[in-house]
Amino acid sequence: MRHLLSAADFSHDEAVAMLDLAEDMAEVNDREVKKLPTLRGKTVVNLFFEDSTRTRISFELAAKRLSADVINFAAKGSSVSKGESLKDTAQTLEAMGADAIVLRHSSSGSAFRLAHTDWVDSSIINAGDGSHEHPTQALLDAMTIRQSLNQDVRGKDLAGVRVLIVGDISHSRVARSNLLLLTTLGAEVHVCGPATLAPSSLVGKERVHYLLDEAIRQVQPDVVMMLRVQQERMTASFFPTEREYSRVWGLNKSRLSALDDKTIVLHPGPMNRGLEIDAASADSKNSKVLHQVRNGVSVRMAVLYSLLSGEKENA
Amino acid sequence: MPRNYILQSATDVFGKSVDVVIEDGAIVEKPALGVEHEKIDCSGLTVLPGFVDLHTHLREPGFEQSETVASGSRAAAAGGFTAIHAMANTFPVADTAGVVEQVARLGEDAGLVHVQPIGAVTVGLKGEQLAELGAMAQSKARVRIFSDDGNCVHDPALMRRALEYVKAFDGVVAQHAQEPRLTVNAQMNEGALSAKLGLAGWPGVAEEAIIARDLMLTELTSSRLHVCHVSTAGSVELIRQAKLRGIRVSAEVTPHHLLLTEDLASGYDPIYKVNPPLRKQSDVDALRAGLVDGTIDVIATDHAPHPKESKDTDWASAAFGMVGLESAYSIAQQVLIDSGESSFERLAEVLSTNASAISGLTDQGTYLSVGKVANLTLVDPEFKTQVESKTQSMSENNPYVGRSFTGGVVHTIYDGQFSYRNRQIVERSAL
Ligand SMILES: [Zn+2]
Repeated sequence: MRHLLSAADFSHDEAVAMLDLAEDMAEVNDREVKKLPTLRGKTVVNLFFEDSTRTRISFELAAKRLSADVINFAAKGSSVSKGESLKDTAQTLEAMGADAIVLRHSSSGSAFRLAHTDWVDSSIINAGDGSHEHPTQALLDAMTIRQSLNQDVRGKDLAGVRVLIVGDISHSRVARSNLLLLTTLGAEVHVCGPATLAPSSLVGKERVHYLLDEAIRQVQPDVVMMLRVQQERMTASFFPTEREYSRVWGLNKSRLSALDDKTIVLHPGPMNRGLEIDAASADSKNSKVLHQVRNGVSVRMAVLYSLLSGEKENA
Repeated sequence: MPRNYILQSATDVFGKSVDVVIEDGAIVEKPALGVEHEKIDCSGLTVLPGFVDLHTHLREPGFEQSETVASGSRAAAAGGFTAIHAMANTFPVADTAGVVEQVARLGEDAGLVHVQPIGAVTVGLKGEQLAELGAMAQSKARVRIFSDDGNCVHDPALMRRALEYVKAFDGVVAQHAQEPRLTVNAQMNEGALSAKLGLAGWPGVAEEAIIARDLMLTELTSSRLHVCHVSTAGSVELIRQAKLRGIRVSAEVTPHHLLLTEDLASGYDPIYKVNPPLRKQSDVDALRAGLVDGTIDVIATDHAPHPKESKDTDWASAAFGMVGLESAYSIAQQVLIDSGESSFERLAEVLSTNASAISGLTDQGTYLSVGKVANLTLVDPEFKTQVESKTQSMSENNPYVGRSFTGGVVHTIYDGQFSYRNRQIVERSAL
């Protein structure tokens, strides 16, 4: 693997192997000295055209635990951001010696574009491109699901696991990457959200649900993944009010009790408590939100390790 | 220099071999005695009326880093065009007699093609108040087509007034049909692919809703409407029904909407980003059928040059548009002739005579009419070529680079003189 652009980049076996590698990395994270020398001398650039402190820190920590040098470049808000293009910025950073560029950009396809033009030679890791994809998020979600369902996780996939993704599917890179990866791993993925935000083309009509209560009844999910609601969707009339949204699509105490005891609740963060998820659900034992955060570092270590260790392929 | 030629053994649109005699720039029946003619062997070439493009972005004044009237004229001559219509979205906008006359004059200076300015419908293309349409119509540029292209005249009251107002000078409103509220930040055709790619969708209904409304307004006002760059099957059907009702509507389709589909967006290369967007194969099929059966009147290029940096970006940051003048003929031949669906007669209509009729250009599309000035294009239907990025246009936002085309323009005769000969531009100064 030279780049990680899409969750669709993984075959079933590659996905399982990547999750197994992430488990190895998790063991490193549990050690007293949380560091491997693997990427010593390599430089990882976090190129963030969009704010996302959590994702950036997670990648930064992952790279540092592998002993890589890390440069953080937040193009948004910096004095050079006005009119500075993706191409120029990426070339500038590569000229400083970047081996991998971790890209967060508001424009769908930007990571793909950076990887498929002759602009730079670095490995590209998609850390979220517009409403398109966020493949490391899908990996960390898959890792969290796998851990919650198995004692011994290695070599296992997610065959037969029922996942319900709830919220703004249309604009969600988290949903897209999870749909791809979890399906590759054998899970049965359903989506639920307002009809304005839940396109059937991504999963097929029979796996789209418009009302959360019905969806929970019909799907009997093993995993409920709540997506963050963006304020701007309301102002653009995708749904009328926050109150109505949380009443119909929010995860709350009563819906939590309708779920199986073992059903886990995921959220990519940051949570809008009281909107898509209430405090009782967010802090319940079903919630694996902090596992997700921890696993995020492990899967990013695994990805960086896979892309940067060993011989560089002849591209 | 003699402007007397005999184009020997060319094939006309009916498949007959003809010798075309041009004396002092005009078509004559037979060579006059005592007049010297340059004889040009045109065997294997088909003689067509010089092409007329209803939709060209020349970018001058204001955006001369993309194209100038002179460079666009060269691209037009190389593409077999003897007349092009310069869209109004320049800077300043072509919304006054002064600007349209300036553009027409730049065209005359270049001298390679008739440059017919299109006037803006509204001041500054802002869609708020009518531009001085009468002044542009009565100017030396003799504007007949008005368009806010790039923007839709979306205010229904304003569109109604524009349609009524242009009747006084037999004008026509050329509408860029795009309901703006349905296409906020739209990036590509809306559908399963846009959902997959995470690109904001441009639904076909945003075009169709405006066309449906405008057809009703055109009927109400007994005026004349031209629909720019029709891109969906639904639009074709609306126009087909309107024509059956007797509504005076004409429609254009671009070469790229006849050839390319939305699938090209999958690689996020904005060379394929265009407005309206590339659609589905079923739309392409409907557009082709509409072109063959007469629902769609003309192929218009929507030639839209952009500098390299406008496309050397991520998809959302990139400009909309692609160049098209120099490949229009090859695509028309592929769609109409090589497909077996239609004829050179029809090709001549959609690339020349219909457009000149819509625009009221009396010296264009006249083909081999005796006494008329010669505006002719000679093509080699067998010529095979691979598209290169460097062409006569100043810009290289060409989606066809690397593609192989069959059929190409060999000579273009504009105003009785060669503007393009043996695939070379003939600068006016060389005459
Ligand atoms: Zn347009």
